[in-house]
Amino acid sequence: MTGHFLQIENLARRFPQPGSKEPTTVFEGVNFSIEKGEFVCIIGHSGCGKSTILNVLAGLDYPSDGHVIMDGKVIEGPSRDQGVIFQNHSLLPWLSTLHNVTFAVRARWPSWSRAKIREHSVRYLEMVGLGEVLSRKPAQLSGGMRQRVGIARAFAIEPKLLLMDEPFGALDALTRGVIQEELLKIWARTHQTVFMITHDVDESVLLADRVLLMTNGPNARVAESVIVDIPRPRERATLHEQPGYYPVRNHLVEFLVRRAKTLASAARDTDPRHTPRTVNPVKPDNFPPRPALVRSG
Amino acid sequence: MLTNLNLRAAIVSITFLIATLGLWQLATAPQVLTGAGELSEYELLMGGASQPSGIPAPSQVFSHAVDELSRPFYDAGPNDKGIGLQLAYSVGRVMAGFGLAVLVAIPLGFVIGMSPVLNKAFNPYIQVLKPISPLAWMPLALFIIKDSNTSAIFVIFICSIWPMLINTAFGVAAVRNDWLNVARTLELSKLRTAFTVILPAAAPTILTGMRISVGIAWLVIVAAEMLVGGTGIGYYVWNEWNNLDLASVIFAILMIGIVGMLLDGMLVQASRFVRYQD
Repeated sequence: MTGHFLQIENLARRFPQPGSKEPTTVFEGVNFSIEKGEFVCIIGHSGCGKSTILNVLAGLDYPSDGHVIMDGKVIEGPSRDQGVIFQNHSLLPWLSTLHNVTFAVRARWPSWSRAKIREHSVRYLEMVGLGEVLSRKPAQLSGGMRQRVGIARAFAIEPKLLLMDEPFGALDALTRGVIQEELLKIWARTHQTVFMITHDVDESVLLADRVLLMTNGPNARVAESVIVDIPRPRERATLHEQPGYYPVRNHLVEFLVRRAKTLASAARDTDPRHTPRTVNPVKPDNFPPRPALVRSG
Repeated sequence: MLTNLNLRAAIVSITFLIATLGLWQLATAPQVLTGAGELSEYELLMGGASQPSGIPAPSQVFSHAVDELSRPFYDAGPNDKGIGLQLAYSVGRVMAGFGLAVLVAIPLGFVIGMSPVLNKAFNPYIQVLKPISPLAWMPLALFIIKDSNTSAIFVIFICSIWPMLINTAFGVAAVRNDWLNVARTLELSKLRTAFTVILPAAAPTILTGMRISVGIAWLVIVAAEMLVGGTGIGYYVWNEWNNLDLASVIFAILMIGIVGMLLDGMLVQASRFVRYQD
């Protein structure tokens, strides 16, 4: 169990249900691990508890069962080791672009000089292409620019673990594409450990080293850990020409369309401490065939 | 188009002013008596003379205003002070009472807004105390404080406190959870979160509460000074009523309006500094 940078063990979340003694179990028996420097996406249908898992990792929510160990320590609350990018940018609207970042950087390194804080913040804002709009307020930025400020702010505090909750969900497709590439660039330079929720299969194939697939809720669990065996650096324009692209993409889509549901009904019979099956759609021969559970489901 | 709009509004505005003043002037013009035979018994008793109307004409008010404003700060004894001096007394009391209320209401509102327990615990008291006319406190204040000037300040304090308290608590409680989560993930201390996240987020709501408070305080000071007497614009109005000097009363009414507008304008300017667009 040790040796992994981030270890999620037997995580479960239950909510009391009005008019019933039995609480609703959103997810249970969630076990997975993330290595340092890894980019992991999690995909699942609405209601499977992805956001709750992310909030638990951020320390903003508490699990009903199980725990999360990061770097040898149990996560018990929010800290500067976990940076979060929320779905709706969550910038402070009374601060300028620059001050939204310096605000976080000052909190992270209180002993730094004003000049150093500024220089560090500007560097990260330049990485996402916002060097020209430092003095603008969030209301004067486009939706995409605001989300980039959020990305710069999260990367600038150099957390051990960066959590993103559908960071591009509110953006139009064109803007999303541009920012995905910017995210790839900044990640390539910093090699942060990233855990990201997405609904977009192509986004996960472009960004992730590994995609975790969740079955439908209630009683959701992480069923598979799909390795995205596509060499980096990846580019949106040429991604679909990579030999690994379609096998991975088809595997993910097939899971979401078909097996997320059938596995959900089958999952209840399985071991609560089960770990997700590791799958590499690009080299399926290297892995054992699917267990009987999947076929019968 | 904008200048056009401004121009048209100005024309309507000035026309309205001229029409109102004209009607006022006509209504207060001395009546021409047609003949002694038709005099009523009252007029006969009054000597049949053409009585000037009790309400002064706008021209009289204007000339009185020019006279008063040419020497605003003279002080010729307790019952004869310049209008500027009287207004200064009133503004001073409002500032003292309002300032004390700011010192109490904003920190208290902050605490109430941040704590759901205190919010629920204090809400009944606020709801009961808020609708009490501030002048109802006056006898109690006079008895306990035993000083009319301080009592007037207390009345201003008590009427200013509620809108600020309620708005501060509301503004603080309504700070977006996202922003608080940002503070939590950055491990900001409670105090730092209060000053760098909650205060700027709630500042526009707090300023609105301050605006409402200062407006009420200015309404109340006139009534309070009529009661406690001595100095101030409220006392001035009551004193001139006792002198039956209605030109002074009308002039004072106008000045109360103008000063109230300026007080409000100052807080509008202040709220520009804390306003943000979400």
